[in-house]
Amino acid sequence: MDVELRGITKRFGKVVANEDVNLFLRGGEVLGLLGENGAGKSTLMNVLSGLYSPTSGTILLDGKQVTFNGPGDAIRAGIGMVHQHFMLVPVFTVAQNVVLGVEPIGRLDRLDLNTARAQLADISERYGLSVDPDALIETLPVGLQQRVEIIKVLFRAADVLIFDEPTAVLTPQEVDEFFEIVRTLRDAGKAIVLITHKLHELLEISDRISVIRQGRITGEGDPKALSEADLAEMMVGHALDFDLAKSTAAPGAPLMEVTNLQVSHDDGSKAVEDLSLVVHCGEIVGIAGVQGNGQTALVEALWGVRPVDSGQIYYDGEDITTASARARHSRGIAHIPEDRQRNGLVPNFTIAENMVLDTYYTSAFSNGLSMDWPAVHGAAAQAVQTFDIRTPSIHERAVNLSGGNQQRLIVAREMARDTKFLIAAQPTRGLDVGSVDYIHRRIVAARDEGDGVLIVSSELDEIMALADRILVMFKGRIVAEFDASKGHPDKTDIGLAMAGAPRASPTGAAA
Amino acid sequence: MSNTDHSPAMAQLMERAAPARAEWEDLVIVPIFAVLVALALGALIMLATNVDLATIGRSYVALLTGSVGSLNALSETLTAAAPLVLAALGLGLGFRTGLFNIGAEGQLLMGGLAAALVGFLAAGLPFPIHLPLALMAGALVGALYASIAGWLRVATGAHEVISTIMLNLISYRLLDYVLRLDWVQRAGRSDPISQSVAVSAELPRLLAWIDPNLRVHAGIFLVLGAVWFVHWLMFRTTLGFEFRASGENPDAARFAGMRSGLIIVLVMALAGALAGLAGANQVLGVLGRATPGFSAGIGFDAIAVALLGRSHPVGILAAGLLFGGLEAGGRQMQVDAGVSIDLIGIIQALIIVFIAAPLLVRAIFPWGFRRSADSSDKEARS
Repeated sequence: MDVELRGITKRFGKVVANEDVNLFLRGGEVLGLLGENGAGKSTLMNVLSGLYSPTSGTILLDGKQVTFNGPGDAIRAGIGMVHQHFMLVPVFTVAQNVVLGVEPIGRLDRLDLNTARAQLADISERYGLSVDPDALIETLPVGLQQRVEIIKVLFRAADVLIFDEPTAVLTPQEVDEFFEIVRTLRDAGKAIVLITHKLHELLEISDRISVIRQGRITGEGDPKALSEADLAEMMVGHALDFDLAKSTAAPGAPLMEVTNLQVSHDDGSKAVEDLSLVVHCGEIVGIAGVQGNGQTALVEALWGVRPVDSGQIYYDGEDITTASARARHSRGIAHIPEDRQRNGLVPNFTIAENMVLDTYYTSAFSNGLSMDWPAVHGAAAQAVQTFDIRTPSIHERAVNLSGGNQQRLIVAREMARDTKFLIAAQPTRGLDVGSVDYIHRRIVAARDEGDGVLIVSSELDEIMALADRILVMFKGRIVAEFDASKGHPDKTDIGLAMAGAPRASPTGAAA
Repeated sequence: MSNTDHSPAMAQLMERAAPARAEWEDLVIVPIFAVLVALALGALIMLATNVDLATIGRSYVALLTGSVGSLNALSETLTAAAPLVLAALGLGLGFRTGLFNIGAEGQLLMGGLAAALVGFLAAGLPFPIHLPLALMAGALVGALYASIAGWLRVATGAHEVISTIMLNLISYRLLDYVLRLDWVQRAGRSDPISQSVAVSAELPRLLAWIDPNLRVHAGIFLVLGAVWFVHWLMFRTTLGFEFRASGENPDAARFAGMRSGLIIVLVMALAGALAGLAGANQVLGVLGRATPGFSAGIGFDAIAVALLGRSHPVGILAAGLLFGGLEAGGRQMQVDAGVSIDLIGIIQALIIVFIAAPLLVRAIFPWGFRRSADSSDKEARS
């Protein structure tokens, strides 16, 4: 099926999210849609999937004009969306999730799961999407959960599949498998839209690329004729120095030392097991690993918001195992939390208020009792400028900022003060290249000033770009260590370690 | 399934599209419309119960004159509003911090009892010492009583809704018990009633020089002081910053190094202090003694006042005055039109229903809700 978006404009009040966008999707073709955060990609796809109705413009399916009054219409018309955050019921089986909302009904209004299973098996076979229909979702790895999402869309007879950031949560191996699936779907005649920030993935898989900036299509092209630098330039509107120029690390004395750390999840299950690591001054240590292998609990324990079961954390020679988050903060440790919306910001607070969320009590911003708002506003205005946070005013609420600017706000708060150690969890998740580049530069600059940095990221590319030493975390343990100070280590080796392959790592397990 | 999952993202986008729209409209327009709809529905309810149109008209006229129509009416409105505003300020502080404290009733009773005890046990002290002492006793005991719920929440995770309800029930029985103690009970009485508060501990009546029946008393200065104090605390102090951050996003507050346990206990104590003051205000300014159930449901009405005032000190003051006016006017209505004062309860309840369902109000009154709000930006951010 061919889909044409013609002259789509979408306004929210005064804000123009999309302006006069023309887009053409062909059956049997993969269209890569590229754009910064807040560029209007998601709005455009929400228009296509019926969630929003456009302010003006038309949608044509195979040349016929259609109007969608809600997602139901779009699904019936054969347009399906695979969201970045999976929408599955964890305690249901694969088959139950797939039929949810379109259940085949047997006699006496009974749920006919056998028919569902048969249809599911048919889809699995046709597109090479093997998955056990009776497996519980919560027992499946992320890559398989994504397959279930795809099957869900195909089960609803979609001819157009929209993928929103599909590779964000996958290991390199899973990404390859995912691309295989995309190619199969394409060859079966489906029209596919891929939304992503990862330029090299787009170049690898797309047949055509459209770049969107500030709500308009600013560039289209053939991936074979384009380079990553070309795409990045189209996306942000100016040329970017793409390779992170990073001098060789000059590690100093050990700054953060963790010995035999044991940490539990809230439900009591083990999150971190017998983990030891050292971060020196002037060194970036990256922890690679697929999400959900204890990284979150490790970071929370290091930051003092999750109790440690056993083991010690030393910072600058001092035992801080039981120190509070504020005590760590005042000792010069900074923390960029993994979930910026939940843990990093108060969405309804202004930029100025968020900027002092962890320093409001210091003598710079209060006299111990009342807040010195003029000082807060002055510091916020300064930080907005220094860290290039794009906002109409420091009195704008944080929730109104784009993801990239929210992250800049957190980075500004954590790095503007004089710190010695930075814990950054997923510091650039979901951000556009411009912001990623900016934040990476800040992190490297902190290292060059002699700070110790611990990066935890599920994006292997990010770890590879930043880290001087790479640790791979799997099931709560460090299973491999790679020296990255002299060139990049082999990505396949790291990928295998991330997947928990029982294989001795080149330099052995971490000390 | 997936549809409902979209709505937060959608709401977020709408917010982005029209910044601060929700705040201005939620704070001002929705409450005004809610009151109008509630009054209209109140009239319909009277119609449905065979009250004729003329009487309905007379009752609403009486409601107006009884609340603002004369000096006495204003005096009654202020007298009724004072404890509501005091208790609601404390509740609003809790709501802003994410605590649903519904124990104002019990805190008010305990605080009022303490004020009464000091009021007659310390008789003989000069007025400038005795009155402040009695007020402080009320605030302190209210604070301590509320802290129990805060402490239970922090130490055991017991939800404050449950524990404050339980503490309300305990306070009723505790009050009954204390009122029958020899050194508390009024001489020669067998029913539970305390001795009278000494004149030196009374909140002086302000307009007694015009007419001794005008009941408005110095408690209204207490109210104004409390409104200012809570506003200052909430928006100008580091403590208020912690309260608001914890209420808006407890996780982020914890990650920023704020001590959530301490904040919970402090907020509960402050809320209890204000509720205790409300109790003291009643005992020292209106009743002159403590009796069983002297709170008369003020602690529960205050929840409605705090909700209507959107937990903002100025909003609470306005909402408290409205509820005080309904109370005073309702009594007049009963006298003039013979309509039961229960109607006031119904109208108050309807107001809360509509406040809680802004979409309903929007559906009834499509106008007044702007998409882009320029002026509202400043209003919403004080």
